[in-house]
Amino acid sequence: MAFDYGRYIRPGKLPHIWCPGCSYGMVFKALLRAVDSQKIDRNDIALVSGIGCASRLPGYVDFNTLHTTHGRALAFATGIKMAKPDKHVMVVSGDGDATAIGGNHFIHACRRNIDITLLVFNNFIYGMTGGQYSPTTQTDRFATTMPYGNVDSPFNIPELAKGAGASFVARGTAYHAAALDKLIIEAMRHKGFSVLEIINACPTTFGRRNKFRSPTDMLLWMKDTFVPEEAFRKLPPEKTEGKLPMGILYRREDAKEYCETYYSLVERLRKQT
Amino acid sequence: MSRVLLLQGNEACAEGALYAGCTFFAGYPITPSTEVAEYLAKKLPQIGGAFLQMEDEIAAMAAVIGGSLAGRKALTATSGPGFSLKQENLGFAMLTEIPCVVVNVMRGGPSTGVPTGPGQSDIMQCRWGTHGDHPVICLTPAYVQEIFTETVRAFNLSEKYRTPVILAFDEIVGHMRERIEIPEPGALQVTGRPKPQCPPEEYLPYDDRKGDVPPMANFFEGYRFHVTGLNHGPDGFPVNASPRIHTDEQRLLRKVESNRAEIVRYEEHRLEDAEVAVFAYGVCGRSAKTAVETARAEGIRAGLFRPLTIWPFPEAQVASLSARVKKIVVPELSLGQIVHEVERCAKGRCPVEGIFRVDGDPITPAQIVDRIKEGR
Ligand SMILES: Cc1ncc(C[n+]2csc(CCOP(=O)(O)OP(=O)(O)O)c2C)c(N)n1
Ligand code: SF4
Repeated sequence: MAFDYGRYIRPGKLPHIWCPGCSYGMVFKALLRAVDSQKIDRNDIALVSGIGCASRLPGYVDFNTLHTTHGRALAFATGIKMAKPDKHVMVVSGDGDATAIGGNHFIHACRRNIDITLLVFNNFIYGMTGGQYSPTTQTDRFATTMPYGNVDSPFNIPELAKGAGASFVARGTAYHAAALDKLIIEAMRHKGFSVLEIINACPTTFGRRNKFRSPTDMLLWMKDTFVPEEAFRKLPPEKTEGKLPMGILYRREDAKEYCETYYSLVERLRKQT
Repeated sequence: MSRVLLLQGNEACAEGALYAGCTFFAGYPITPSTEVAEYLAKKLPQIGGAFLQMEDEIAAMAAVIGGSLAGRKALTATSGPGFSLKQENLGFAMLTEIPCVVVNVMRGGPSTGVPTGPGQSDIMQCRWGTHGDHPVICLTPAYVQEIFTETVRAFNLSEKYRTPVILAFDEIVGHMRERIEIPEPGALQVTGRPKPQCPPEEYLPYDDRKGDVPPMANFFEGYRFHVTGLNHGPDGFPVNASPRIHTDEQRLLRKVESNRAEIVRYEEHRLEDAEVAVFAYGVCGRSAKTAVETARAEGIRAGLFRPLTIWPFPEAQVASLSARVKKIVVPELSLGQIVHEVERCAKGRCPVEGIFRVDGDPITPAQIVDRIKEGR
């Protein structure tokens, strides 16, 4: 039976703002399927976002939803999680939102290892403001603020997350939809801070300037570029050129989760008095 | 039983927060506000509350809003530069009507300025720091005891009117130790946010049909709703229809303006027959009180108007004062900010004279006495 997305979508809130050909809709659906499979009471989920095209997602879905300021979603989410540690807190963010203006919050959420699931919609560009380069824009790509080709070097989001202390790091793409469902589920199940980078297509502001003639070209680029992690590891070095791994890239189950650590301190103090 | 303690102003602020039922603090250390955080870092875990030292003031303000939306009474404390960093998210809380208390222990500025000296030059930042139009409630206690009671009041106003409340006091009262009496629980009124009575399906988080302060559900209580910093309709979803935006922003202003009688609090000291009035808040209010006594001892009919609520500004009170006295003297630890508000309200009915100082030292009673006498 076909999946009933309507159960989660707020009545009257569609159509969404995303452009034709944008892959955010595909990821949105993956998110709904993944959450549904977890059988979590939707009253117990908070979905938080910052500002950007990606960050408009919470408006469409029937959870407790919070659309905050640019880059700050993780900090708002940290407050929610600390106030109600037994609830599920998820964040959706763009690459600019998460790693430029929100870079500080991003690395500190990783370090704290607080039990929040972060999905970074990486389209390598600032979509909402019309195509300026972001910290993930590859060198030599074009953007409105890099009209001669990007001279900046990009962040690798999973590496950044791992280095900063996140205990679950994964990468998926809008093209690999079935695998994406599983990655979202794994990220949600992980106790600790989970970072899932999701590679996305922005035909409107990225594709157009970077020789992707259609949205399909962008999806095909994902198909050719992203290789499951186990397969990637087995590739001879010359074959990894231009390829990137996807799947669960790093996982640590023994890392102490922040709220649990804090509230066990509270318990200890209460026993003393 | 009430408790008698010797506390610093900053500690009294933390005690006031606890008395008001605050169980959530997020902050980032900055002199001269740090003791608020340090005190709560010790106390909050003992009572099951949440204490978070965030990566910066922006994050702290965000976390406080998140904590409040999830149902806690939440506080953050900062000073000058940190207060500037909080402004964007403070504006978010204004528009989304999420209660919280923001303490600004004022120091000298601009920039890093005089971090260990007192200042009052953030007072306009308290009013106009964030972008867009919105009301501000800002309280300015001057004594350690008063910091305690005004902190409790700040939480009450914040919850009742669904709005952030700023508590601005200066480094001197923040760091000064005085005897304070903490009343027993229940002796001071403590209020919570207006809660919805309707079934969740009917809940509209910004429904203004029954009044200017719509009831507020928290996250995870079964009322699933959307909160956004975009201008929004009664259901919380973005609108860009012009009449709605205008009326909603007017409602925000109105919920404070039409409740001035409750919000605006001040002390009047020997003003009944005064010829010269001093308008002073915070530490200047303390110097001014001594100055008034000194002047009176010399046979000069001086009096003091000391606002505990600086925003909304006590406009009507200053207007009527200006009609009764020969001049108003305004000592402030800035190069002239609040003096312009006093002038605005006096509308030329009497001269308004400022005494300004920004070198990190307080304005002395003697300086104020001299100005009271001048031109007589
Ligand atoms: C403080 C602040 N600075 C700048 C902006 C303008 N702005 C809105 S969205 C955005 C970038 C969005 O890019 P990204 O986060 O990658 O998300 P996308 O739109 O591509 O999904 C910017 C710079 C803002 N809203 N707030
Ligand atoms: S601008 Fe790009 S990211 Fe934004 S909705 Fe359009 S295609 Fe998607």
